[in-house]
Amino acid sequence: MASDTHDVTVTVNGTQHRRQVESRMLLSDFLRHDLLLAGTHVGCEHGVCGACTVIFDGVAVRSCLMLAAQTDGHAITTVEGLAADRDHLHPLQEAMRDCHGLQCGYCTPGILMTMKCFLDEAPAPDEVQIREALSGNLCRCTGYQHIVDAMMLAAERLRS
Amino acid sequence: MKPAPFKYIAARSLEHALALKAEYGDEARFLAGGQSLVPTMNFRLTQPAVLIDINPLTQLAGMQKSGPDGLHIGALTRYRDLERDPATARDLPLVAEALPHIAHPQIRNRGTIGGNLAHADPASEMPAIVVALAGQLRARSTRGDRWIAAAEFFAGALATTLAADEMLVEVKLPAAKPRSGACFMEVARRRGDFALVGVACTVRIDEDGRCVQARIGLCNAGDKPILAEDAGASLVGRPIGTAQIDEAGELIQRAIDPGGSIHASKEFQRHLAGVLTKRALAEANTRAQRGL
Repeated sequence: MASDTHDVTVTVNGTQHRRQVESRMLLSDFLRHDLLLAGTHVGCEHGVCGACTVIFDGVAVRSCLMLAAQTDGHAITTVEGLAADRDHLHPLQEAMRDCHGLQCGYCTPGILMTMKCFLDEAPAPDEVQIREALSGNLCRCTGYQHIVDAMMLAAERLRS
Repeated sequence: MKPAPFKYIAARSLEHALALKAEYGDEARFLAGGQSLVPTMNFRLTQPAVLIDINPLTQLAGMQKSGPDGLHIGALTRYRDLERDPATARDLPLVAEALPHIAHPQIRNRGTIGGNLAHADPASEMPAIVVALAGQLRARSTRGDRWIAAAEFFAGALATTLAADEMLVEVKLPAAKPRSGACFMEVARRRGDFALVGVACTVRIDEDGRCVQARIGLCNAGDKPILAEDAGASLVGRPIGTAQIDEAGELIQRAIDPGGSIHASKEFQRHLAGVLTKRALAEANTRAQRGL
């Protein structure tokens, strides 16, 4: 089949990009290879691990289960867009550092983007709610406890 | 693991989407949430020549109550929105209880009820629920539209009775009636995984506590969602007690033919179906009695 391409104009981390994409280009690959935003990690590529989670029009989604062609006219935030500038960490990132919420760090961008949306919606969560919100992100290093601790701390800091 | 090449077309209108499906037939697939379809495309288990993206068709999203007893849910309604709609907990308690079991929050943010049903995975929760609730599914094509009873919709594993030119556009589910109780339970290896077996049941009782109607649906207990009619019928006409619940559980264990997998043998799935049925029926009956 001849390649089928589409013009998309998409806003990523506040910057508008115009690109031509092949139909079968996954959003995760588009972010990493076309826009060179390699902070979005690719784990399982079938929607199980959560490493590729980004924020699409305000909600956390798996970027490996969306097509770049679907992003025309939409807004995406990746982990690169989380902190206000390059010299500072977002409170979520700070809390992850302070609580040892990461070891190898592969799952971390996906967890940050998932929890950003979750804490926006539930600013005062309990541990059970945090674990439920985290259930779609696999981490093989931490055993999750330090991530949960980090999220409790981040929620507290974001409230004050 | 990348999809094989295909032609992508974003639908401009429902008519446009249906005309494309009429033109391409089985060569084309509708793309709704994509949370089941895209993984199979990434694995190249599914290689559609044409992908018709219906996400722009926002008129297919949303839930409305019509009349006293029916909820009309657009096929493109995302699980995220059903979870956040207070009408779901009030009128569709069975759906509300099952939603947290359907994959993970990020999947529910994107996944749609219509896509989930049309994918027809026998291990999936919602097919068993619409069967248990005696839901009606509306299919539309350029030829017109028709309603399909949920039990008639599922033809087998990943197969439905939709024609090659039809789209599932709407799901109609009855609102919970007074003196009724619902319960959903499943066993999965991890939160959000497919159920090893799941049970969805509703029980309605009269003023004296006698069972008027009981419907039981099961997921991952066969090659399509199972409606356990004999077990449901066995409960009608008497108060639901331990003996009746045990009998229903045994009827279900005899009626099903689960596939078995590396995670759960047929025997274990049959065991689970019996245990979960009994627990879910007891809970649904307790909830119905609260309405007395």
